[in-house]
Amino acid sequence: MKTSLILALSLLATPALADWQQTLDAARGQTVYWNAWGGDARTNAFIDWVEDQTEALYGVEVEQVKLSDTAEAVTRVLSEKSAGQDTGGSVDLIWINGPNFLAMKEQDLLYGPFVADLPNARYLDLGPDSPASVDFTVPVEGMESPWRLARFVFSYDSARVPEPPRTMADFADWAAAHPGRFTHPDPSNFMGATFLKQALIELAPDRDILQEPVTDVRFAEATAPLWAWYDALRPNLWRGGETYPANESVQQQLLNDGEVDIAMSFDPASTAAAIADGLLPESARVFVPEGGSLGNISFVAIPYNAANAEGAMVVANFLLDPATQAHMQNIEVLGSFSVLDPARLDAEAKAVFDALPSAPALPTREELGPTLLEPHASWMTRLTEVWAQRYVE
Amino acid sequence: MKHQGRLLRMAVLAVVGLGLIAPIALGLWQTGRAAFGILPALGRDVVSLDPWRALVELPGFATSLRLTLVTGLGSTLLSLLLAVGFCAAVHARITPSSGARMLTPFLAIPHAAMAVGLAFVLAPSGWIARMIAPIAGWAHPPDIATVNDSWGLGLMIGLMVKELPFLLLVILSALSQISVARHMAAGRALGYGRGIVWIKVIMPQVWPLIRLPLWVVLAYALSVVDMAIILGPSTPPTLAVAVTRWFSDPDPAMILPASAGAILQAVIVGGAVALLIGLEALAKRFGRWWLRRGGRGLSTEPGLRLATVVVMTLMALGVLAILSLVIWSLAWRWSFPQIWPESWSPKPWARAQGGWMEALGTTLVLALATVGLSLALAIAWLEGEDRANRRRAPWAEAMIYLPLLIPQIGFLYGLNAGFLHIGLSGSLWAVIWGQVLFVFPYVMIALTDPWRALDPRMIRAAAALGAGPNRRLWAIKLPVLLRPILTSAAIGVAVSVAQYLPTLFMGAGRVVTLTTEAVTLSSGSDRRVTGVYATLQAGLPFAAYLVAFALPAVLHRNRRALSGASAT
Repeated sequence: MKTSLILALSLLATPALADWQQTLDAARGQTVYWNAWGGDARTNAFIDWVEDQTEALYGVEVEQVKLSDTAEAVTRVLSEKSAGQDTGGSVDLIWINGPNFLAMKEQDLLYGPFVADLPNARYLDLGPDSPASVDFTVPVEGMESPWRLARFVFSYDSARVPEPPRTMADFADWAAAHPGRFTHPDPSNFMGATFLKQALIELAPDRDILQEPVTDVRFAEATAPLWAWYDALRPNLWRGGETYPANESVQQQLLNDGEVDIAMSFDPASTAAAIADGLLPESARVFVPEGGSLGNISFVAIPYNAANAEGAMVVANFLLDPATQAHMQNIEVLGSFSVLDPARLDAEAKAVFDALPSAPALPTREELGPTLLEPHASWMTRLTEVWAQRYVE
Repeated sequence: MKHQGRLLRMAVLAVVGLGLIAPIALGLWQTGRAAFGILPALGRDVVSLDPWRALVELPGFATSLRLTLVTGLGSTLLSLLLAVGFCAAVHARITPSSGARMLTPFLAIPHAAMAVGLAFVLAPSGWIARMIAPIAGWAHPPDIATVNDSWGLGLMIGLMVKELPFLLLVILSALSQISVARHMAAGRALGYGRGIVWIKVIMPQVWPLIRLPLWVVLAYALSVVDMAIILGPSTPPTLAVAVTRWFSDPDPAMILPASAGAILQAVIVGGAVALLIGLEALAKRFGRWWLRRGGRGLSTEPGLRLATVVVMTLMALGVLAILSLVIWSLAWRWSFPQIWPESWSPKPWARAQGGWMEALGTTLVLALATVGLSLALAIAWLEGEDRANRRRAPWAEAMIYLPLLIPQIGFLYGLNAGFLHIGLSGSLWAVIWGQVLFVFPYVMIALTDPWRALDPRMIRAAAALGAGPNRRLWAIKLPVLLRPILTSAAIGVAVSVAQYLPTLFMGAGRVVTLTTEAVTLSSGSDRRVTGVYATLQAGLPFAAYLVAFALPAVLHRNRRALSGASAT
C-alpha cells in the first residue's frame, strides 16, 4: 500500500503524461470497484462492456457495485474514514455529481486532483466556466472526471397525449385537465429534485441568484412563485400527490403501464432505447420545455482511500477516449451525448460520431434547445428539505 | 462422559457467545453511542440528546412511526387471528405433514421475491386490475393506491401472505402435541361452538408453544426493510426504511439521528413484545372469569368461515404473485390491459453471463457456507446437551432467539463499523458471519424438537452394545435424524437466500446476491429482469426443500420408518 501511495504522490509532483506509463503499470492486475447507480440496465451493460475493454487493453478489471442511491457509496467511504481505514478502502471509483460530490469534497473524502493527468483530458474543454469544470456551480478542480452528458427531458406517449405541456407553468393547467395522469419522482431522489429545480429556474423572478449559495431571504423570494404553482399542481398529481414513484425508472414503468402519461429522464436517449428494449410503447416520444432544460455532466471520482486508485484513473481515462464516447453515444448502446469538445476532435473521430444511427424517439441536439445551468448545490438541498417540510406529513 | 459433555457445551457456548452474541452487542453499543451524539469521525465526542431531537424533527417522523406500529402490530395480530380461525375450521381435515407440504412453498419464498410479485398482482395496472378492466370498461388503470398506499395496507397484505403460512405451520405442529379431538368432542358435547372450544380450551394450551415464534414474527413485521421498500408507502416510508435511508444520506451528520432511529426501532420491538406479555397476563386473569361464565359462543361459526375465505384468498394472492414472476421473466411486452403477455422473449434469461449467474453463484456459496456452519454448531450444541444430560437453560434459549428479536437495523450499522476496524468489511467472510447470525437460530430451532424426539431406546441399545458417544452420534443419531437435519438445512438455505440488510451492510455492496439484486432491480423499470432474479430467488430455497424431501426417501428407501415424514 505504501508503494502505491508514494507512486500516487510522485504522480502529483511530476509532469503527468510522462508518468502515465507508471500509472498503467501499477494499474495492471487491479480490480476497480466502480460504485454506480444500478437501476438502469443499459448503463449496467455499458459498464460490463467497459470491463471487457479495460481488461483486454490494460489488464484492469472493473466490478460494478450497483447502488440504489449514490449516497450509499459516500456513506461507505465516510464510515471507513471514521474507522480509521485510510488506505485499502472498498470504493475505487464513484459515478457522482452534485450534492454527493460537494459532500465528499467538503469532508476531504476525495483523491486528486487527477483529471489533468489523464492523457484523454486533452479532448475536454476545461476552461474555468465550461460544464466539465463546474459541477452544480461547485468548482471541480480536477477532483472528478466527466464521462457522460445528462439533459433533463420529459417522455410521453404520443398516442395518449397529442399535445404535451410546453412550459413548466403549463403543467399545472395540463394536470388540472388530466387529473391523476402526471407525477414526478420523490424529491428525495435526484430526478424528483431535478423536476423541482427545472420549475424553479423557469418560475424564479431572478434566475441569476440561483448561481449563488442559498440564503433564507434569497430562498423565500426565489421560491414563492414555485410553491404557488406547486400547490395548484399537487392535488391533480397521480394518487393526489400523496405518494410518489421512488425514481425515474419506476415512473417510466408507470408510463409503460399506462398509470401516468408523462415521465422524465436525465438521458435524452432513454426513451428511444426503452422502445427498442420493449419497455415503452412504439408511440413514446421526448419533449423539452420551451427555453431549454437543465443539463449537467456526470462525473467519476476516486475516494481518498481507494485501494486501486491507479486502476480507477485508467478507467476514468478510458471513459474519455473518443472511441468510448462514440460507442456510448450510439443509441443502440447507451445514447448518452459525448462530453468531449467537438472542436478538439480530429476528422476521423468526428466521422465516427457523424455515422451513429438514429431513431424516431431520439431528439437531435437542436430539438433539445439550450442547456440551463444547474443552481448552486445548496439550493437543491434546501429545496428538497423545504418540500419535505411542506408536503410530507 | 459428563466431563466431555461439559467441554463440548462450553466450546459451543463460547463460539455462540463470542461469534454471534458479542457482535450484536458490539453493534448495538456502536449504534447506541452514535444515537447519543458520539461519532468520533465527525469530531462529535460529547454525549447529547441532539440526535433524538433531530430525529423527532425530521419530516414525516411521526407518520413513519405510526406506519410501523400499524403495519407491524396489525399484520401480526390479523395473521394470528386468521391462523387460529383457519386451524379451527380445517384442523380435523389436515394432518401436520400434509399441512407442511402445502405450506412449505410459501415459507421457502423470500420476502423480497414475494413482494415483487405481489406489487404487480395488486397494482392499479396489475394483474387483478387487468382481469377486472374488460368488465369495468377501464381504458386507463384506476387512480387508486393499492400498493405503496399511505395506510400501508399493501405492505400488510404482503406481510400476511408470508406470516400466515409460518404461523399455521407453527400452530399445526403445536397441535400435534395436544389431543385436540378429545377436547373438541368434550366441548361439543357440553354444547360449545367449535370456535369457542378453540379459544377457550385449545388455544390456552397452544399458546406457550407458539409464543416465541409469534414474537419473532412480530419483531420481523415491525422492522422489515426489503418488503416495505417494495410494497410500503414511500413518502414517508415505515421507520425501518426511513432509518435505512437516513444511514445513506449524503449528509454524514444524518448518521446521528439515523442511529437514534435504529435504537428507537429496537425499543419499539421490545415494547411490542412487552405488550404481548402484558396481554398474556391480562388474559390469564380475565380468562378464568370468562371461562367460568360458560358462554357457548355458537355465533363464532360465520367468523371461522370468514377466516377460511380470507386465508384462502391470501394464499391465492401468493400463488398469483409467484406465477407472475415466472411469466414476467419470459415476457417481452405485457402492457395494460392485457391479461397475458403480447410477446415473449428469452432475452432476460439469456443474459446469464455477468448477470444472474454470478449472483446465483454467490448466493449458493453463501447458503452452503452459512448452513454448513450453522448445522455444525447446532448439532454440537444439541449433542453437548445430550452428553451433559442437561436441559437447556432459559438464558441459553434466549441467546438463540436474540438475533431474531433485535431489529437488524439496530445493530448492523454499528457492527459494520466494528468489522471495518478489523478489516473484514466487504469480504465474503463478513457476509457469511453476518448471515450466520440469523441462519443459526432458525436451524437450531428447527432441529431441536426432532432431536429431542429421537427414541432414547436406540441410543441405549447402542450404548449397551459398546458404542461410545462419538460412534452413537455418527452411526445412530445423524443417519436416523437425516430428514430433520436436511429440513433444517433447507430452512437455513431459505433464510440465507432471503437476507438483505446483512448482505448489504456487511458486504459493503460488493457482495451481490439474488436478493440484493432483486431489491435493487425492483427500483428499476424492467419487471422482466426483476422477474428472472425473483424467480431464481424463490426457486433456490424451493429446490433445497425438494432435496430435503427427496434425499431421505432415496437413501432410506429400504428403511420404512425413516423414509416417510414420521421423523419431522
